[in-house]
Amino acid sequence: MTVFQPYISAASALALSASLAHADPALMFDLGGKFDKSFNEAAFNGAERWREATGGTYRDIEISSEAQRVQFARRLAEAGSNPVVVMGFANAPTLEEVAPEFPDTTFVLIDAVVDLPNVRSVVFAEEQGSYLVGMLAAMASETGTVSFVGGMEIPLITAFACGFAQGAKAVNPDINVIVNYTGSTPSAWNDPVRGGEIARAQFSQGSDIVFAAAGGTGLGVLQAAEDAGLKSIGVDSNQNHLHPGSVLTSMLKLVDQAVFDAFTDGPDMETGVVTLDLAAGGVGYALDEHNADLITEQMQEAVESAKAAIIAGEIVVHDYRTDSTCPVF
Amino acid sequence: MDLSFCQVFFDAQTCLQGARPETWVTVFSSTLRLATPLLLACLAGLISERAGVFDIGLEGKMLLAAFIAAAISFVTGNVWIGVVAAIGASLVLAMLHGVASITFRGNQLISGVALNFLAAGITVVVAQNWFRQGGRTPSLSGDARMARLDLPFAEALRDVPLLGPIYSGVLSGHALMVYLAFACVPLTWYLLFRTRFGLRLRAVGENPAAVDTAGVSVTALRFGAVAICGVLCGLAGAYLATGLSAGFVRDMTAGRGFIALAAMIFAKWRPYPAMGAVLLFAFMEAAANTFQSLQVFGVAIPVQAMQALPYILTVVILAGFVGKAIPPRAGGQAYVKEH
Repeated sequence: MTVFQPYISAASALALSASLAHADPALMFDLGGKFDKSFNEAAFNGAERWREATGGTYRDIEISSEAQRVQFARRLAEAGSNPVVVMGFANAPTLEEVAPEFPDTTFVLIDAVVDLPNVRSVVFAEEQGSYLVGMLAAMASETGTVSFVGGMEIPLITAFACGFAQGAKAVNPDINVIVNYTGSTPSAWNDPVRGGEIARAQFSQGSDIVFAAAGGTGLGVLQAAEDAGLKSIGVDSNQNHLHPGSVLTSMLKLVDQAVFDAFTDGPDMETGVVTLDLAAGGVGYALDEHNADLITEQMQEAVESAKAAIIAGEIVVHDYRTDSTCPVF
Repeated sequence: MDLSFCQVFFDAQTCLQGARPETWVTVFSSTLRLATPLLLACLAGLISERAGVFDIGLEGKMLLAAFIAAAISFVTGNVWIGVVAAIGASLVLAMLHGVASITFRGNQLISGVALNFLAAGITVVVAQNWFRQGGRTPSLSGDARMARLDLPFAEALRDVPLLGPIYSGVLSGHALMVYLAFACVPLTWYLLFRTRFGLRLRAVGENPAAVDTAGVSVTALRFGAVAICGVLCGLAGAYLATGLSAGFVRDMTAGRGFIALAAMIFAKWRPYPAMGAVLLFAFMEAAANTFQSLQVFGVAIPVQAMQALPYILTVVILAGFVGKAIPPRAGGQAYVKEH
């Protein structure tokens, strides 16, 4: 046995260097698909940006059912891709299973935490970005009521709602925040009809600004707001251009940057939990030519000073995910 | 208003909300909108099954119709061209179902399930190929959407007590398709129970051999029923994409075809009760959208429970607690001519 030891380690070293030589990164999308105008598309844009900047190549794969998660992640790792970037909170169990099988491969999980030595978990401080758009909503509201439409009722989406409500109440302690969710199955991400009806129900209760964190369902919410002559707030990607003049702003989540960084850092990246918050520029609010007329200088100043205070730690935005409670509900 | 009586049963916020008349105007007007695609699909299934052809594929036909309606409306800028195209697309699927289950005597359930899968896949693939927006169509605006109609005198009657909110708030201001769908209820009843075609159609679902003996073509009758089913599903899907929302999104029917089937069983294959059933189901959905934090006797009722209610009610019906639901006797069976 001892005689063979050097040969084996030499062989594995050879294999390692061989895989390192053409270790292309890989990207696995979540169920929403590559072109969802939101979360997954942002990841794709980040990967494309990396490809243009470095001239490198990468693999990508779209899953079309729950059963393919583990299978495809394993296939990417087996094919020698390194690092393997996996999108979505639903893939946390996937990596818990696959990552230990490939200790020499580095995995990156976006939107959830997996505590393994070869996994980098990238999470966003959605509550901070939502806090800022909550402030904008409260300042723009004329009725003193704002509302939130979530997709599936999961802690991640409740964190959006909680941050939004905290921001709104920071501007106007008496403001009424209506919180609704579309449903409890994955179809809640793709039901614009129900999203529109929920938004209309909220408008009848006095809301004049609605924040949608609901994937494809959000498109129905934004449309309902425009039809009613009211305002909406988009999510994840900049959705201001969808209904110029009606979308007040968008809560940005810089998923593309997270993917770009992971690809750039390569297989030898630092693993562990990376939190992309306001300080790191991972979340924010969108300001462009489509909503320049809706955001007054006064509003912008207030939000910018709150942003600075959050970064400095003077304002602490509570994260629903830490203890499953929200101080303002 | 004294809310203490209400608060014996419900939580304070629900009582406060429920005491405002505007809340109910929204709920009932939302009920009518949500009921429309259900009603059209339910009548579609009803006619098909009365003729003895089970149709699980309502969902798929609606989905394809929704996509075609949105795509064609976007390209032409005219929603009515989109509606016609949607009916055409839905008819193609209906005829596929007819050929598989009437001509080739295949299993009707399997054919329906296959059509659902086909529609779910083909809509996304074609949408991605045509519009490159991740399997959805661009947002529709202007004439590419169904306009909302104001009923005559709706503005004048707005301030009349009681009548005003009901007429101007609930009944007025919907797309033409909503009124059309409700007009389809008496039409379906008349067609099924007062015309020769309807009598034969019902007979072919109960005892096709007798119809055949009388010299009437079973195949032609069943194809006729399946075609009507296709037209109605086409209207339902078109309304979903161009009336209720503004564009097509992947899987946007979200199980409405199956709720329609549940409503049909709940109504025991009769048109007027079908309208009652879809109104009940749509009301529950609208109420769930409005009252999301409902508490009864201090116990929070999860929204999910409200959303599951249509299915629970259907199971209760099928279990025979509320009455027996007997499908047409020859339903699900291909007719084989005796030689």
